[in-house]
Amino acid sequence: MHQTTAIHEPVFTGENRARLEDEMARYPTKRAALLPALWIVQQARGWISDQAMGEVAEVLDLTPAYVKGVVTFYTMYHEHPVGTYFIQVCTTSPCNVCGAEDVVQALLQHTGCGDLGATSPDGRYTVIEVECLGACGFATPLLVNDDFIESVTPEGVPALLERYR
Amino acid sequence: MGFPHPPHPRENQILSTHFGDPAAVSLEGWRERGGYRALEQARSITPEAVTDIVKASNLRGRGGAGFPTGLKWSFMPKEKKGPHYLCVNADESEPGTFKDREIMRWTPHQLLEGTLIAMHAIRADVGYIYIRGEFTDVYRIMEAALEEARAAGIFGDSRVYLHRGAGAYICGEETALMNSIEGRRGNPRIRPPFPAQVGLFGQPTTINNVETLAAVPHIVTRGGDWYRGLSLSSPKSSGTKLFSVCGQVQPPGNYEVTMGFPLKELLHDLCGGPRPGRSFKAVIPGGSSVPILTAAEADETLLDYEGCVERGTMLGSGGVIVFDDSADMVYQIMRLARFYAHESCAQCTQCREGTAWTTKILERLLAGKGRPEDIDLLYDLSENMTGKTICVLSDSCAAPVVSGLNKFRDEFDTYLRHAVA
Repeated sequence: MHQTTAIHEPVFTGENRARLEDEMARYPTKRAALLPALWIVQQARGWISDQAMGEVAEVLDLTPAYVKGVVTFYTMYHEHPVGTYFIQVCTTSPCNVCGAEDVVQALLQHTGCGDLGATSPDGRYTVIEVECLGACGFATPLLVNDDFIESVTPEGVPALLERYR
Repeated sequence: MGFPHPPHPRENQILSTHFGDPAAVSLEGWRERGGYRALEQARSITPEAVTDIVKASNLRGRGGAGFPTGLKWSFMPKEKKGPHYLCVNADESEPGTFKDREIMRWTPHQLLEGTLIAMHAIRADVGYIYIRGEFTDVYRIMEAALEEARAAGIFGDSRVYLHRGAGAYICGEETALMNSIEGRRGNPRIRPPFPAQVGLFGQPTTINNVETLAAVPHIVTRGGDWYRGLSLSSPKSSGTKLFSVCGQVQPPGNYEVTMGFPLKELLHDLCGGPRPGRSFKAVIPGGSSVPILTAAEADETLLDYEGCVERGTMLGSGGVIVFDDSADMVYQIMRLARFYAHESCAQCTQCREGTAWTTKILERLLAGKGRPEDIDLLYDLSENMTGKTICVLSDSCAAPVVSGLNKFRDEFDTYLRHAVA
């Protein structure tokens, strides 16, 4: 990876620029469009590089350090590339007592990720444990990218992954 | 209707009447079910008159704090010197709680109607609905509902937008939520000044929880006296409440009951009690931030603000987490401590260090490396985490730890006895 020498293709052109303008019109300050702007970057590129943070800083009149401070505060922004399918599994107490850790083990095994946070050798999957997803009555819930999936069991993992090949 | 379980005859369904009914999701469906009449009614009277109805109802904030909603609204300035804001707290992330998600999933217009009534009452120009980043499906549903309402001209002069969070439990704290909307790290602010004076973008602001606002249209239509009369125990707690029952109980789900309903009957009659061959060991009645009850204490608890305090705990958000006799309480309390350590914004030392060290000590105990003095150390840490920080996140970490140590000490001692020196 020679990220420092790679040329950064601007994110905020065309449709993305229009989306950003629409977001900016919703707030009285430019700064308030920061979280939406970061979402646009992540949806476009899959993660948020230092250079992308620099671009965001420029369009919103912020410093790159300020933008990085915000990116690192929120857990859902990726500072590094992740697998094509990013899987977030809830393992907080209510799901934990219903077997969430077994779901995590089944996912690690069937995706070939091996370890939490690691991306599978084929680049398809990254699995992480997350704190409460707010669907405790539907243990175990997980997110595959933007798909919110309820009531996952270890036995159901292979069929689930079939949908994300 | 009912979702995912059919409604129980002893439920009192007001907010959850249309849960599980896909036809209620659309604007047309909501109108067919009487929707948006309350808004029309509210807009035909003065903001003060709307606030008075909500004051009379005795509705209290359903996000966890239980502050009287009408009183909160009345703190907003009567004379407008600049824009007023309403923030809708849809950052539901208190472990054990999943009620706001169901309200938005099945009845997005119920929330939107309550939002617009509240905006009229506090003379808000703009409303931001702050939805946690993980609620992807709910975001799409709310987005579609907003689009429908906008196209139908329901907003009038009001502007309502969604704001997507990005993974931070602390943003459910009202001042952290405002910072997050402003494009900042979600650190809670020191109060005073209070949001009604200096809130979002420095302007007068009210922050209300989803369930609180969802109750407002019903109160406007049926009157404050009707709502205040819904009470099975303490007259200080009125209305209905959604209880999110989860953990080792069957079947889990949201159950809507009148305030003051016995917790024992909720768990054994409305739900089906423990799993076969199991018995209940512990219950957290109000989301993970409140003290744990033993099963015997839970049997005596009435579900309203006062009834929970009487048993040394709190009603909180109504997230009822159930543990049966198979649960390792030391491990589960460690998981809760780890949650708070992960979610600490880290600006206060007591919280940043306290949640991290509490977790490390509990992990050490579980790994068979506990020291006899660890118990006192945990109590000492918790003491320093209670009432000493900008917000109550560290208090929330101490609550399950201290109550767990007090009530399930034998399980901690077993780990200590088997510790490898």
